[in-house]
Amino acid sequence: MKNSKILALVLVSVLTFSSCSDDDPIAVNEEELITTVTTTLTSAGSPTVTMTSRDLDGDGPNLPVVTISGNLSISTTYTGAVTFLNESVTPTEDITKEVKEEGYEHQLFFQAPPAIGVFTYTDLDKNGKPIGLAFTLRTGSAATTGDIVVVLRHKPLKDAAGVAAGSITNAAGSTDASVTYRGVVLR
Amino acid sequence: MQSKIFSFCCFCLFCTVGYSQITVSGKITTQDGIPLPGSHVHIGKRIVSSDAAGNYSVKRLAAGNTKVFISYIGFRSIDTTVNLVVDQVLNFTLKIKTDQLQEVVIRQKANKLNKSLLEQNIKMPTIEKFSNQTLGDILKEVAGVSSLKTGSTVVKPVINGLFGSRVPIINNNVRLEDQQWGTEHAPNFDINAAGKITVIKGASGLQYGGDAVGGLVVIEPISVKKDTLFGKTILNMVSNGRGSSISTSLHKGNDKGWSWNALGTYKYMGDKEAPDYVLSNSGNREANFSGDIKFTGKKYDVSGYYSFYNTTIGILSASHTGNVNDLYNSITNKIPSVVNDFTYDINNPKQKVQHHLAKLNYNYYFDETASLAVQYSFQFNKRLEFDVRRGDFNNRAALDLELSTHAVNVDYKKTLHDWSLKSGFNGSFQNNFANPATGIRPLIPNFDRIEFGTYGIVNYDISDSFSVDAGLRYDFSQVEATKFYFKSRWDERGYNSEFADFIVGEQGNQWLAKPSFTFHNISASTGFHKEFGQDLHWYTNVSLATRNPNPSEFFSDGLHHSTGVIELGDLALDKEQAVKLSTTLQKKWTSFSVEVNPFINSIRNFMFLRPVGFETTIRGAFPVWEYQQTNARLAGVDVQTHWKINNQWQHDFALAYVNGRDLTNKEFLIDIPPLNLSNKIQFAKTEWSDLKLEFKSEMVLRQNRFPDNNFITSIVANNELTPVLVDISTPPPAYQLLHFYSEISFKTFGKSSTTIAFSIQNILNTTYRDYLNRQRFFADEMGRNLQLQLKFNY
Repeated sequence: MKNSKILALVLVSVLTFSSCSDDDPIAVNEEELITTVTTTLTSAGSPTVTMTSRDLDGDGPNLPVVTISGNLSISTTYTGAVTFLNESVTPTEDITKEVKEEGYEHQLFFQAPPAIGVFTYTDLDKNGKPIGLAFTLRTGSAATTGDIVVVLRHKPLKDAAGVAAGSITNAAGSTDASVTYRGVVLR
Repeated sequence: MQSKIFSFCCFCLFCTVGYSQITVSGKITTQDGIPLPGSHVHIGKRIVSSDAAGNYSVKRLAAGNTKVFISYIGFRSIDTTVNLVVDQVLNFTLKIKTDQLQEVVIRQKANKLNKSLLEQNIKMPTIEKFSNQTLGDILKEVAGVSSLKTGSTVVKPVINGLFGSRVPIINNNVRLEDQQWGTEHAPNFDINAAGKITVIKGASGLQYGGDAVGGLVVIEPISVKKDTLFGKTILNMVSNGRGSSISTSLHKGNDKGWSWNALGTYKYMGDKEAPDYVLSNSGNREANFSGDIKFTGKKYDVSGYYSFYNTTIGILSASHTGNVNDLYNSITNKIPSVVNDFTYDINNPKQKVQHHLAKLNYNYYFDETASLAVQYSFQFNKRLEFDVRRGDFNNRAALDLELSTHAVNVDYKKTLHDWSLKSGFNGSFQNNFANPATGIRPLIPNFDRIEFGTYGIVNYDISDSFSVDAGLRYDFSQVEATKFYFKSRWDERGYNSEFADFIVGEQGNQWLAKPSFTFHNISASTGFHKEFGQDLHWYTNVSLATRNPNPSEFFSDGLHHSTGVIELGDLALDKEQAVKLSTTLQKKWTSFSVEVNPFINSIRNFMFLRPVGFETTIRGAFPVWEYQQTNARLAGVDVQTHWKINNQWQHDFALAYVNGRDLTNKEFLIDIPPLNLSNKIQFAKTEWSDLKLEFKSEMVLRQNRFPDNNFITSIVANNELTPVLVDISTPPPAYQLLHFYSEISFKTFGKSSTTIAFSIQNILNTTYRDYLNRQRFFADEMGRNLQLQLKFNY
């Protein structure tokens, strides 16, 4: 009697509430995601070298795919540029512009064995601090092979010791991108 | 019925022991000889009602002088003492009340059904002391309860080594549904709203659910039975966090008619400080309200309750570092990567959580021995997590979840002679909505869950000093989720062979899947309570609990931004089943009492988060923690002593030890609290304005039993990639903290009184880290904290 009435009430309420949420969800549009980091090195006398790290499944298990178009030449000054793309959305989104506009909140760091070469920033944010989207690379004088690591930090401590000169040690902030171009050959 | 048979079997098992057993029976009539059915008959410790013919019978009473109390509405009660020697017939004639035909309100005694398990209670004075802290903090007052923390504000209770979904929290008879699946989600509850907190260290609270593998926390609100109106205001000021909190409540009590309670709490805290640095972005805010209104009639009461909990919690900036490289640096450097000047501001990362709870409750009292309770509750939980993001995204939540839960509970209680019975059923519907507007793949997907449960619990008093109880519960649960999986993740998890049926759509490199699971669960509890003479009690309880995987265990998939860890659920997880044997010996002497509670908990398919290595993404490598299952065994002991040295001095001691083994992999379990000891000495002198002085030492040893989940990864050191060992396993060293508490109270006007309390936590400003703090890789715990509390009762 009493119990069965309540049971009926429960059933009715459950059915009412459960019947209103059958729509398929919308896939999340990961507008912010960086999938592709491309570093282009150009020099008048040598062929252009393009290094790309691409990870289309974001936080998914697939490893970033790294391609390096060719070898670097020794004792050469390359003009470098880094671009950031989000290729998980259509059309592809260019995040480089955003990084540039908020340059005062971003900085790129280049890490490679000294034998590969020396990186020098050639761009500045509104506060006169380097960003790193543009740089030069003066390659080493002897043939070698090494890894180049490019890191994009968000909100680094740009005033901390050594940071403006390109040292990541005291930079803090959070990492927006960190790619490793493995096995760069210098000839 | 089933449970009755079950309990009868148990009763046979424990077998009766010979006692002098006397039966008293008789008839209750008016002066005109008309039978009075449903009269209240209370002889010795037994309560019965007279039947339709006015007859009653009370069996198995002990010989000797026994109290007899007979009452019926509108008649004069009989209150007498009878010397029982042999079985006898006692007829009673009740006289009509000639004076004023006063209404008598029938109320049933709160009958504790799980007499085989000694419950631990935290009462009002302690709750008030913790007014500006959290539920997790106060529960540590109970031996065997520790806390799992994320920073200093997010605190979850750990009972005998288990936490999260294994420790349901029941607030005002409603199971709290607030997404506290993840370790960094604290229970959404304002401690000031509690009148009494009970910890049940086992699954025997079957009326609340069958999945309390670890135990239950039952919170009862303040309820005033007397016809009175009073208020209370507690003001706290603390040095660490440089903040304050205020909590004000008004209570209108009544034995019948209208009664109500209202409570408001506000907390405002800035950055906390460790001994050596500011814990940047660890401030928090909280604004809560709760209130209820109740009408008590002659045989029923009806009440409505609403509570709103609203908090913003800053997450330590340094804990949001990112990839393995940062994690390695943090573990190695032992200082936070971000330390700013003190501020009250809360920046990203932060959590914003709101929890609404509304319920309607109806109780009907058939007579003093039987009652029916019907309850409908609705909970709405909204959780926003903000992250450090680029540009305008920074103002957009990275995680946006809305969890709605409707629940109906029906409970029937009956006391009959030596038997007491509680039985009921419940149904609930839950929906979770993960807002896709965040622009980040949600950790928890959209899902619907339907649950039904029914239970019966029986307690039987074999004699005044020996009782047995047994309970049985059945639960049905169905969960259906809708979730996008990266095809790469789907393959990596190996779902293709087993769960291909779940796929309903495809979008680019993602599958749209609708995983659906149905569970039928049985849980049970049985035990006894034996009282030997001279205040020696023996409690023993065995319980079987069954817990289904929760949404985070099933569906977690992706980077958990607040911890910088990739968490992976597993659709292949099966339900977990635990058998816990717990026994307590309690002995009281005049000035000294001791309680020893050893236990063993055997858990099949124990689900836990295990660090399994790392995955490389465009942001670098991230540690991967995966939900896995194993067979586990937790064994330990809780000890508590209380020594009343003299009228002024008291000493309390508590010890908790638990050993957790992963039986399948033959190693220790992760995140098991280490041995901890606490000693408290109290001086109290009523003559000196109720002066109380307390000195407490809290000692937590190093956990030496832990699994080795360290892994090797390459980080850039001196511009070259170098392999390093990331030590995420080694627990921090032992530590000892000293605390002080003092208070005095005095009467102000009439009935009002004022209490002033001054306390110091971590007197020596000790630097330490705790094994069960998820942020132990990033920063030290809080340093010294001075607190001033003013309490006004009016």
